[in-house]
Amino acid sequence: MKATLSIQRGALGATPHQDTFDIPFEHGQSILDGLRAIRRSMDPSLAFRFSCINANACKECMMLIDGKVDYACTVRLKEGMTTLAPLPKKALIRDLVTEIAPPDERLMLRS
Amino acid sequence: MTSPPPNTLVPAHLEADVLVIGAGGAGMYAALEAAKGGASVILADRSLIGRGGATVMAQMTVAAALGEQTPDHWEHHFADTLAAGRGLCDERLAALLCEDGPQRLREMDAWKVGWAREDGHIKQAQAPGHDRPRCAYVDFLSTGPAVSKTLRTQLNNASGIRRIGDLTIVDIALRYGEACGATALHLPTGQAVTLAAKAVVIATGGLTGLYRRNSASSNMGGDGYALALRAGAELIDMEFVQFFPIGHLAPRLVGMDPIMWDPFRYKLGGKLLNSEMREFEADYATKDARSDGTYKLTRDLATYAITKEVEAGRGSPAGGAYLSFQHVPEAEIRKAFGPVVDRLAENGIDLAQRPVEVAPIAHYHMGGIRVDEMMATGVPGLFACGEAVGGANGANRLSGNAITEAFVFGARAGRSAAERAKQNASMWSADAAKSAIDLLRSASKRDAPNPAAVIVKLQAVMADDVGPFRTDAKLRSAISAIAQLKADIGDTPFASVEAFDPVRADWLDLRNMFAVAQSVAVPALARTESRGAHQRDDHLGLNDAWSVNQIVAMADGDMTLRKVMPTTGKAAA
Ligand SMILES: Cc1cc2nc3c(=O)[nH]c(=O)nc-3n(C[C@H](O)[C@H](O)[C@H](O)COP(=O)(O)OP(=O)(O)OC[C@H]3O[C@@H](n4cnc5c(N)ncnc54)[C@H](O)[C@@H]3O)c2cc1C
Ligand code: FES
Repeated sequence: MKATLSIQRGALGATPHQDTFDIPFEHGQSILDGLRAIRRSMDPSLAFRFSCINANACKECMMLIDGKVDYACTVRLKEGMTTLAPLPKKALIRDLVTEIAPPDERLMLRS
Repeated sequence: MTSPPPNTLVPAHLEADVLVIGAGGAGMYAALEAAKGGASVILADRSLIGRGGATVMAQMTVAAALGEQTPDHWEHHFADTLAAGRGLCDERLAALLCEDGPQRLREMDAWKVGWAREDGHIKQAQAPGHDRPRCAYVDFLSTGPAVSKTLRTQLNNASGIRRIGDLTIVDIALRYGEACGATALHLPTGQAVTLAAKAVVIATGGLTGLYRRNSASSNMGGDGYALALRAGAELIDMEFVQFFPIGHLAPRLVGMDPIMWDPFRYKLGGKLLNSEMREFEADYATKDARSDGTYKLTRDLATYAITKEVEAGRGSPAGGAYLSFQHVPEAEIRKAFGPVVDRLAENGIDLAQRPVEVAPIAHYHMGGIRVDEMMATGVPGLFACGEAVGGANGANRLSGNAITEAFVFGARAGRSAAERAKQNASMWSADAAKSAIDLLRSASKRDAPNPAAVIVKLQAVMADDVGPFRTDAKLRSAISAIAQLKADIGDTPFASVEAFDPVRADWLDLRNMFAVAQSVAVPALARTESRGAHQRDDHLGLNDAWSVNQIVAMADGDMTLRKVMPTTGKAAA
């Protein structure tokens, strides 16, 4: 089976663009599995947050999946197109990464 | 737009009495106790506070002699811990874990962690290796999330603790051989940050991310061991990596931890089957030199049995064994696991109908940074705690001991660090960070191997040749493969962009992972016996001459190895 991920790319301040990746997958694999596979075999610079991979415990992998806020580690890959975008209500850092930590748990540096 | 490129800016600089690296159970506890001791604290994590490591993922139990379920005394827990450690425990550390454990679990109780209760008392389950019910938990596999949340709430309420996520510590800063702070990479901007501190606590967790199949988060490549080594501290028992025999393998299971089958097996008695759908545990219980002659296999033996079945061509399609509950009535499964059964159904798993596939996965590291009972390393000003520390569990760990270890050692390290900060002035000098800053600034975009793919290669080497069953030939092959992979990535970081650059992060991870992988493989090669989690196919059985700990250190960039007698004698609490 083959999934196509259309991913919003770019850092804060730059005009975002869309990159599209075709990836083979097996039934049951998650969007996060797909993103990690893209990094390993196509584009290691693709940025997304995640930590726990399987447990759905860290809650770091939230993003917009086909327009809906969800966890990349629990939504499954599907055949055909899936669009991914950063969380709309959080400050963008780059690609799918946004500022999700509470303000008193971050360091503010100018980039 | 004439601002200079970020990597030429003067690094941002922060100061505190105590720097705690890693915000898992150990680091959060250390920060709380250091603040209680009057210190100003920076608690830094490469991920987000309280979310990046093993603590938030833990689903099962926490061991302590609370005596709530049945009468108990910490010395019974201590005796069990030493027995599991097969002669290699640091008795001071094991005693500290067992003696202070109850106090910490009660403190967590007062902080409303929500330990499961029965008839008005904390409910304690019996786990293998414990002589009585000793393991507290939060219901429906929520122990880790509850623990993390509770500690984060305490952090929020405490004063004097600055919490910073997305900050990867790259190196400990040293002056005259003493720790005086650290250098970090601020992930969102790609900028270097320096941190001055009178005492530094490493609470970075374990190293199981070095292996192909693991229960690790993405932040568990063993940073802390590499930080400690480069700072001049010693590591102990690094060859002892615990494998969990029945980690989930297939079908793909999302939203649940891969070690979740253990409670199912205890409660419902799952059967291990090979590709011929035949139970094979009994074969190994009787015929092999490792067997204790009983039918039910210990963790080591189950790992052995599954590995050998796969080697003999009788593995399941994904390369493990089948775990079957088809003999258990559906109603009984539902009764025991309630909502978890629905989560399995969402994954297309129906235990009453079909078996799942399982395989041994790297799960915990007994070895780690060598500390005394105050959690001090040999480097003045540098402390360590949690899974990053070695010694308390010797050659094998009892279930439930790791979270207790994180609480107890975390609290102790925090207190020690605050003491040190009280008695010493800051030793900080920008020179102490110079080599790490230079390293970060040398990052470049270049035609280079994909570091994410190199990590996968390293994990394969570790799994195939430094896994649960080792031989001289495999270990030698691993040591040279690791050196080769290391040469492939060079001495300066790869980079792709400035903001949140996973390429740079992976390169820095690899720098640590190679050092840590060698520090596991080298003592594993030297230890020509089988003990606990270190099993040598070419040296079966325990050898009394090897009732010693191995110490790994770094001298002038070279790894050194020596033996010491295990530390005996209980610590004064
Ligand atoms: C899936 C799973 C289930 C488990 N279940 C149990 C159980 O039921 N009972 C039990 O007793 N034990 C269990 N364990 C083991 C136990 O959870 C861990 O040993 C314990 O939580 C470790 O706590 P810690 O604070 O030392 O490390 P962690 O909780 O792993 O925290 C380490 C932190 O350090 C951060 N970090 C790492 N490197 C750096 C760096 N360079 N700079 C900044 N930050 C860094 C990480 O992001 C992470 O947040 C389990 C482990 C796993 C993986
Ligand atoms: S990766 Fe942890 S919740 Fe998704």
